[in-house]
Amino acid sequence: MKRHNNKAWLYLLPAVLFLGFFVVYPLVDVFIYSFEEGYNSASRMFFGVGAYNYSYILHDPYFLQAVKNTFILVIITVPISTALALLIAAGLNSIKALKKLFQTIYFLPYVTNTLAVGLVFMILFKKTAYSDGMINLVIKIFGGGPVDFIGGPYWAKMFVLCFYTIWVVMPFKVLILTSALASVNPQYYAAARIDGARKLRIFTKITLPMISPMIFYLVITGFIGAFKAYSDAVALFGTDLNVAEMNTIVGYIYDMLYGSSGGYPSYASAAAIVLLAIVLTITCVNSLISRKYVVY
Amino acid sequence: MKNKSLQKAKKRAGSAAPVSLHVPAGTGNAASAATSRAGRAFPVRARTLNHKPVSSALTYTLLTLWAIMVLFPFYWMLLSSVKSYGAYSSEYVPAFFTLSPTFENYRSAFTAVPLGKYLLNTLVFTAVTTSVMLIVTIFAAFAFARLDFRGKNLVFTFFLALMMLPNELVIVTNFVTVTQLDLRNTFTGLILPSVASVFYIYLLKENFAQIPDSLYYAAKVDGTSDLKYLFKVMLPICKPTIITIVILKVIECWNSFVWPRLITDDASFFLVSNGIQEIRENGFGRENIPAMMAAVVVISVPLIVLFLIFRKKIIEGVLRGGMKG
Repeated sequence: MKRHNNKAWLYLLPAVLFLGFFVVYPLVDVFIYSFEEGYNSASRMFFGVGAYNYSYILHDPYFLQAVKNTFILVIITVPISTALALLIAAGLNSIKALKKLFQTIYFLPYVTNTLAVGLVFMILFKKTAYSDGMINLVIKIFGGGPVDFIGGPYWAKMFVLCFYTIWVVMPFKVLILTSALASVNPQYYAAARIDGARKLRIFTKITLPMISPMIFYLVITGFIGAFKAYSDAVALFGTDLNVAEMNTIVGYIYDMLYGSSGGYPSYASAAAIVLLAIVLTITCVNSLISRKYVVY
Repeated sequence: MKNKSLQKAKKRAGSAAPVSLHVPAGTGNAASAATSRAGRAFPVRARTLNHKPVSSALTYTLLTLWAIMVLFPFYWMLLSSVKSYGAYSSEYVPAFFTLSPTFENYRSAFTAVPLGKYLLNTLVFTAVTTSVMLIVTIFAAFAFARLDFRGKNLVFTFFLALMMLPNELVIVTNFVTVTQLDLRNTFTGLILPSVASVFYIYLLKENFAQIPDSLYYAAKVDGTSDLKYLFKVMLPICKPTIITIVILKVIECWNSFVWPRLITDDASFFLVSNGIQEIRENGFGRENIPAMMAAVVVISVPLIVLFLIFRKKIIEGVLRGGMKG
């Protein structure tokens, strides 16, 4: 093939320009920002270079709260949503009637606006002076007292956040797992049945190993996605997440940039880099663990 | 562990489904074809894991329960949106249905807050971002798949590396850049950072690369220019991938919240996500939940309708685009 150096670069030019300006340059810049001490947007000045920004955010109670919230969210939602999605996908694959209908319904949260539906969840869970709300009605039926899930105790709020996060991420996981399960060669099942294997055994010895790469993939993307949680929390608790004690790492980054607490891009950068470090570490650990269990 | 028919299916679907290690594009078909083949070969009922009536009933119960979980919020928002404000506020115990539905809330959703404006903004933002992104993506994918140039592999690897990094890293600088360029509260500022997407370039490049070289040389012999070849031959062949990309991007645009929130504080540039947040915090008076729900319904409907029309395409697209975390 003959070389088309100039022409090729011409075709690539728009992509290179946009990526260079809005992705590559910012990537370099964010590291520089994170080491510029005392930078502030108003004066565009900084007075030193060092790790002060990191030390500042690591001592900031809001940041620690955000890190704690994010970790709790990740640890609760990733395993539950993956397991639940596996259960539902297995159910979907074992039925014929109504399968299409169920699949369509399950996919709906994927195409809805997180902020908009979050508002509905807030109303379902909220306890106001006028009404205890829908969920409290259900709790009452089972004999519990009303809880304010939106403005009340920490764990009640965390529960709603986890619940909503799971609700939002389920469509993708169910979809991926359903198709992974459907692609397992049925001859394996047939062979196992001839050998007289029981259902649970078939599931753990054939199905799980066969779809383990997909489960692993979902766990990794689930971890990364949950570490970047933000919109869900805003949808439920409003934009002032620090007051609600429900801030996330990403929320902290944006708060440092913008709004009443904003104007500190260097703190935001430092927090973004801490987030990157956490995500990279988790991904590496996941990969190491998966080598033991995933069958490729 | 891998078996023949899977590999064959994979080859057929080819790298058009880069993500799906074991899930070729259009898995549904491939898998069901495999099933029926196996069904003929083995008289044993191959597919049914659960064939006892008890476990089947259990399965349906589980699936129905989750369906209710998914649908209930939608039902509740529809229900609340047609309750009158007075009726809603006087319900200490929320009612599960209403006998006197009203559309008053929808009227106030469009008159008391600029919901129409938010919708229009989102529409413009989505249309422009998607089309510019598509042009940038098509040209870049063409260069990577069809043209040979020095440093191609290096540049492509670099592109792939960019794909792995979280968006949050670049948003800090982009925010500062756009602010300094005085592009806050403009469509340009909203759109610019989201038009180049490495993932879509990658997806399309993989698909372009599957088109046999012979077609290109035949076109060259006929004196077709590269541009004409791209638009008359490559794009029609790769139409499914283009549709996938458009669908994913439209969903992404319609739901984007973070960047618009940073870049706009003037309500006349709000997108629906920011609009709904604004409505929640300032519009209607905080307690007018029915009107809020009407706004939520209006915002949710377009994508849901789109989904119901293009159900198959969207599900397939998300399956293929799965890598995008």
